[in-house]
Amino acid sequence: MPLLEIRNLKVEFDTAKGAFKALDGVDYTVDAGEVLSIVGESGSGKSVAMLAVMGLLPDTATITADVMEFEGGDLRTLSSRERRKVIGKDISMIFQEPIASLNPCFTIGFQLAETLKIHTDLSGPERKARVLELMRAVGIPDPEGRVSAFPHQMSGGQCQRVMIAMAIACSPKLLIADEPTTALDVTIQKQILDLLVQLQQESGMGLIMITHDMGVVAETADRVIVQYKGRKMEESDVLSLFENPQHTYTKALLSALPENATGDRLPTVSDFAEAGGF
Amino acid sequence: MTKNASAAAATQDTLEQESRNATKAMLLEFWYYFSQNKGAVLGLAVFVLLVLVALFAPLVAPHDPDVQYRDSFLVPPVWLEGGKAAFLLGTDAVGRDILSRLIFGARFSLFIGIVVVTIALVGGIVIGLVAGYMRGFVDTFIMRVMDIILAFPSLLLALVLVAILGPGLMNAMIAIAIVLQPHFVRLTRAAVLSERSRDYVVAAKVAGAGHFRLMFKTILPNCLAPLIVQATLSFSNAILDAAALGFLGMGAQPPTPEWGTMLAEAREFILRAWWVVTFPGLAILITVLAINLVGDGLRDALDPKLKRS
Amino acid sequence: MSDDAILKVRDLYRTYDISGGLFKKASQLTAVKGVSFDVERGSTLAVVGESGCGKSTLARMLTMIDAQTSGSIEVDGLPIDISKTGISKDMRQKVQIVFQNPYGSLNPRQKIGHVLEEPLLLNTDMSAAERRDMALAMLEKVGLQPEHYGRYPHMFSGGQRQRVAIARAIMLKPKLLVLDEPVSALDLSVQAQILNLLKDLQDEMGLTYVFISHDLSVVRYLADKVMVMYFGEVVEYGTREAVFENPHHDYTKTLFAATPQADVDSIRKRLAAKAA
Repeated sequence: MPLLEIRNLKVEFDTAKGAFKALDGVDYTVDAGEVLSIVGESGSGKSVAMLAVMGLLPDTATITADVMEFEGGDLRTLSSRERRKVIGKDISMIFQEPIASLNPCFTIGFQLAETLKIHTDLSGPERKARVLELMRAVGIPDPEGRVSAFPHQMSGGQCQRVMIAMAIACSPKLLIADEPTTALDVTIQKQILDLLVQLQQESGMGLIMITHDMGVVAETADRVIVQYKGRKMEESDVLSLFENPQHTYTKALLSALPENATGDRLPTVSDFAEAGGF
Repeated sequence: MTKNASAAAATQDTLEQESRNATKAMLLEFWYYFSQNKGAVLGLAVFVLLVLVALFAPLVAPHDPDVQYRDSFLVPPVWLEGGKAAFLLGTDAVGRDILSRLIFGARFSLFIGIVVVTIALVGGIVIGLVAGYMRGFVDTFIMRVMDIILAFPSLLLALVLVAILGPGLMNAMIAIAIVLQPHFVRLTRAAVLSERSRDYVVAAKVAGAGHFRLMFKTILPNCLAPLIVQATLSFSNAILDAAALGFLGMGAQPPTPEWGTMLAEAREFILRAWWVVTFPGLAILITVLAINLVGDGLRDALDPKLKRS
Repeated sequence: MSDDAILKVRDLYRTYDISGGLFKKASQLTAVKGVSFDVERGSTLAVVGESGCGKSTLARMLTMIDAQTSGSIEVDGLPIDISKTGISKDMRQKVQIVFQNPYGSLNPRQKIGHVLEEPLLLNTDMSAAERRDMALAMLEKVGLQPEHYGRYPHMFSGGQRQRVAIARAIMLKPKLLVLDEPVSALDLSVQAQILNLLKDLQDEMGLTYVFISHDLSVVRYLADKVMVMYFGEVVEYGTREAVFENPHHDYTKTLFAATPQADVDSIRKRLAAKAA
């Protein structure tokens, strides 16, 4: 049984210009211990699917799916109270803007303890110990000193580490990372990606990595789903995707990477769109 | 050559067409978000009706607002015992038709709203722009002055100003405008502060725009959304304050059919003839409510645009 | 150094005063520390570094948004020190800038046509018709249609907006164009289009670029010379080949090592390591 299984997911938004189809019949499956990367450009609906799973889409969104199961339990019929029990404990998520994702009014130690308070039965001192343990696990130097720091006193990379600590606080079975390194510098990105992969391997959780960056995909993923305008273009393991892309759009994306430039000009997706017709 | 010219003319036409379409699309989008708010549409309908009534008051009103009918003092509304068909909402203590007075009163209320908001808005925008754009000492000085004005209870300050300027509708309006002004200044300044460091302002500066152009052509149009909302809310505030001043005898002077003044005149008949007090009060209530609803809808329509770009 | 340098920067410093609070003493932050370099006419200098390294401060000084604290800038023989001499129309026509975020760099209440005409209106004596013709020609040059002239920025995609921003920057036919991370907010496929456009424009108009970026793959594709900045100082400066093949400074090496590798060999290596 896969950890997360979604069949034929459709998401529509109401806008001033009528209904907008963000996702049009996409399937996702993730197994425990697997790193799935969903890659696409803006407007491909890569984040929408996971936001739908988390129940984080606004009211204007209409979500339909034939199957939407987490560990065999149907997510569609959950009441919001039951959903909250699953989300944050068994499924958790980290976002692009680490500093904005933390509440500026509370210390990071307090915010970490808050997560534990909601989802576990740990006593006060136990929570304190666990917070320090988590901070050590995500590589925050001097956890005893940093526990009483406010988010604005820390760098973006440190904040993202705190977000990760918060996300893994309850040992989730599935971690969704939505562009976790886009706002960070290259050297910090490397550290965060390494950390995520290391945590994933240690705990055997499923990891969904949503990104637009082919480099991030190449560095982390086991399996890749390529999306374009709300549809799935291609799904394959990471090596065959880079070695032998099947879909024209994937080929276009790969050849648009400046490091793969062969001639004087970069081929663009529209060059391929004319030829491939997608 | 002529062929070229006609081609150029044709493209110019299509360009203008496109430009108009773009403007139209913006307005349509605005209306979509506004019309999502049913209360706002209702408020707008009431407000438009009010404007029409005010404009065509001489045609709509059954009587002259100042004519006293000696045979009909304090006639109750038509549906009550003793009511007369000629006076739908009854008459006041000196025999004037209340409905006609209300209709003509709408003129004053709208006039007060427009004048007060215009004075407060223009003054507030200029002062706020200067404060937000210049920063430093100028900013501190302006904002402290505004804080002092805000520290007074608004009606009290208006009363003091009217006492200095002398009673009368025009002076009351100026006083209310001065009282409302700091809100606009603060709002403008806050908006300017957040906009002035945006890239497009820097880009205009690099393109060579001077201070005046940056302030009024580049920054100001992007600060208007919250100001429009505040303006509608102030519009109703102005009507209320003017009514309050009128009630205290410091605003419009009798026999002007201003709603607040009407209330003041009717004070002594509250127990005997409820309609003399109730209808002007209702008129104020409905007008203010309608305008506030419109302001609410404007906020809905203008806010997502602020977030988007 | 070469004689045909269009941009000469010598010993440039920029310090910011940080005002002290109740419990903090006022201090100074030096964002750019003694930077010197030349850029040859028609070439591209890439400035690489992470956030806070002073590369954007450098861009703001080159484009006369901020004044330098000390040191000299010379563009096309014209010395630039705006704190002393102010900005003339002449200086403005030499240097222009393209910003990173195309969603923030266009005035949301200004139609595209007016965006393009603004530099002409402010710096030249052209008539309205001439300005309009130039704006239309420029739209075509950057790959947009004439009917875009009357539209508002929010009706465009990120890539199209960046085209407009580039068009605005070259309306005055500047000699030097400072590109502050012009493609890092864009999708991969759009990034390729914009990079192609920049190359075309450089060939066509003989533009000189100072290209600020944190993305090494883009830099490698576009730059003639590369300058790596770290905490306000230049730690590596040389031709593209020299810097990429033989980096000297530790920071440059760290930077290269951290850049994700999207080639098949590195993926194989990673998967093998994981399986082991």
